[in-house]
Amino acid sequence: MKILIIEDEKDMLQNMEDTLQKENYLVETATDLDSAISKVGVYDYDCILLDINLPDGSGMEILDFLKQNDKTEGVIIVSARNSLDDRLQGLNTGADDYLAKPFHMAELNARVKALLRRKKFNGNDILKIENLVIDPDNHIAKTEHGEMELNRKEFDILIYLATNQNRLVSKSALAEHVWGDHIDQADNFEFIYSQIKNLRKKLKDVQANIEIKAVYGIGYKLIQA
Amino acid sequence: MKLLNYTSKYFAWLLFFVLTGWAIIFYFQMLDEIYDSMDDGLENQKLLVIRNTRQKDSMLIKSDFGDGYYTLNTISEKSALSFKDSYRDTLMYMHNEQDYEPVRLLESVFKQNDQYYKVKVITSMVEEDDLIEDLLFSILWLYLGLILSILILNNLILKKVWNPFYKLLENLRNFKIEKDQKIDLEDSKIEEFNTLNEDINDLITKSVRSYQSQKQFIENASHEIQTPIAIAINKLELLLEDNNLEEKQANKIISAIENLERLSRFNQSLLLLAKIENKQFPETQEINLNELTQNILKNFEDLIVHKNARLKVDSKEQLILYINPDLAQILLTNLIKNAIIHNPDSGLIRISIDSKNWQIANPGDESLDQKYLFTRFQKVKDNSRSSGLGLAISRAIANLYNLDLSYHFQDGHIFKISVSEAR
Repeated sequence: MKILIIEDEKDMLQNMEDTLQKENYLVETATDLDSAISKVGVYDYDCILLDINLPDGSGMEILDFLKQNDKTEGVIIVSARNSLDDRLQGLNTGADDYLAKPFHMAELNARVKALLRRKKFNGNDILKIENLVIDPDNHIAKTEHGEMELNRKEFDILIYLATNQNRLVSKSALAEHVWGDHIDQADNFEFIYSQIKNLRKKLKDVQANIEIKAVYGIGYKLIQA
Repeated sequence: MKLLNYTSKYFAWLLFFVLTGWAIIFYFQMLDEIYDSMDDGLENQKLLVIRNTRQKDSMLIKSDFGDGYYTLNTISEKSALSFKDSYRDTLMYMHNEQDYEPVRLLESVFKQNDQYYKVKVITSMVEEDDLIEDLLFSILWLYLGLILSILILNNLILKKVWNPFYKLLENLRNFKIEKDQKIDLEDSKIEEFNTLNEDINDLITKSVRSYQSQKQFIENASHEIQTPIAIAINKLELLLEDNNLEEKQANKIISAIENLERLSRFNQSLLLLAKIENKQFPETQEINLNELTQNILKNFEDLIVHKNARLKVDSKEQLILYINPDLAQILLTNLIKNAIIHNPDSGLIRISIDSKNWQIANPGDESLDQKYLFTRFQKVKDNSRSSGLGLAISRAIANLYNLDLSYHFQDGHIFKISVSEAR
């Protein structure tokens, strides 16, 4: 999987690069519009992370360029300008997703994976971890011992942790992803715990070889049991 | 009062006084002229009577007017010498009117053949009361005629003249700085209107420019602050993922992340508040608050269960507002979240909705300070995580749409959104 990150803020770029490299993606970078366009013109990528505010122009031009050249790269706009205009314009011009800064690295990872899953042209988009098989579109999670009965939130948590397998997912990242921004820090996210407890029990019921581990009391990590 | 009526009112008063004054002066002048010509006529008749008398040798004493217009009597020398010609008004019985009517009387003396005679000549006179009445009516008709003319003039001509002005008013009323760049102005033949148009256009251009730059500043500020925060949070997250951290170290990193997240949320809240006050949410649509409430409660389901809160929603009637959907969501979310978070264990949260009011109540021990409740940075003592902006944002949203957001304490905290009657 080849990913291009277009971002002029070097530290931000570094963070994103580190995160995605941990998932074994081939990551390339560009820090301005010119070099980005020349890279996009020559190579094909599976996914492009695009900052709108670039020193030599607007990232929207990349979207236009892709459209004109019939390129089908998945594009996620990554912008601190959380303005509705940008979001709508970006999505109308052909971006697949919009991620507002600041975001959690786990969220970035989940968005990239979801995009790649959707963009995967022929194959099915089934997630497999050990003996657990997750079919996000059909809302199914099962092992050879049976299917899990999950409500929407439990399912969302499971997918989120699964896409961030072996990585620390903080409670705030999880809450934001599953419950939405407005739940921010309500009661230190203690309400998440009961959901995790249910999920653990249901994983055990189908004898999944994975475990949701609490880390430092601030988050969770999905690992091989 | 409309401009046209306003000027008409002044015209009416002005005309009233001018015409009244004119009528008084006119009346006396006319009366004066009438007396003058009547007295001349009497003088002439007197001379005719005297000449007639002299031509006849025998003196015809005529002691009453009878069918004539004069009387002739002898008079002693003594009284004749002290007599002077006099004009005066008197009353005389008129057979045609069967009433006493005013007549003008000239008394004079003359000498004929050593005998003094006194002659009285009369002529019928203007009836003053009739004159006044006639004049009054004429003036009234004139006055009404003039007022009517002015009204017609105002409505036909002035309306046409002021038309560009009214168009401008209409355009200004419909102008929305969030959407429009300028207003269409009509060229007028009148210099003042053209100047007004130009000045208003200048003003609007300046306002739009400053509005845009403020909007841009808000977005840029958001960007400039969010980016470093995002970088710092992500670096710390990556650091946390290193497996060889001790729990103590990890906790310090977590605390740093939490504070940075708080800063980020705080920044976003401030920007949101600025955007609301800057009216940067022009899109509005019909929102059903009953449905919206249910959707928000669904989001908070887990928190409600976790907080062991009981919930009762009483939808008496549908409440529909014309409002920006994002702002409606924020408004209700803030109030609902507050109620859930500050709800005592197993307390009952009651939401009631009718066609004019949306109200949420939860139990509490003592009233909050209403004076500062909706102001910025008002924090609840034991909650360091709150930004203190939630209620200020809710109030700003309510103000934007002329809604009344109020708090009162009655066996618990009650927040109420009411549709203002004055809308």
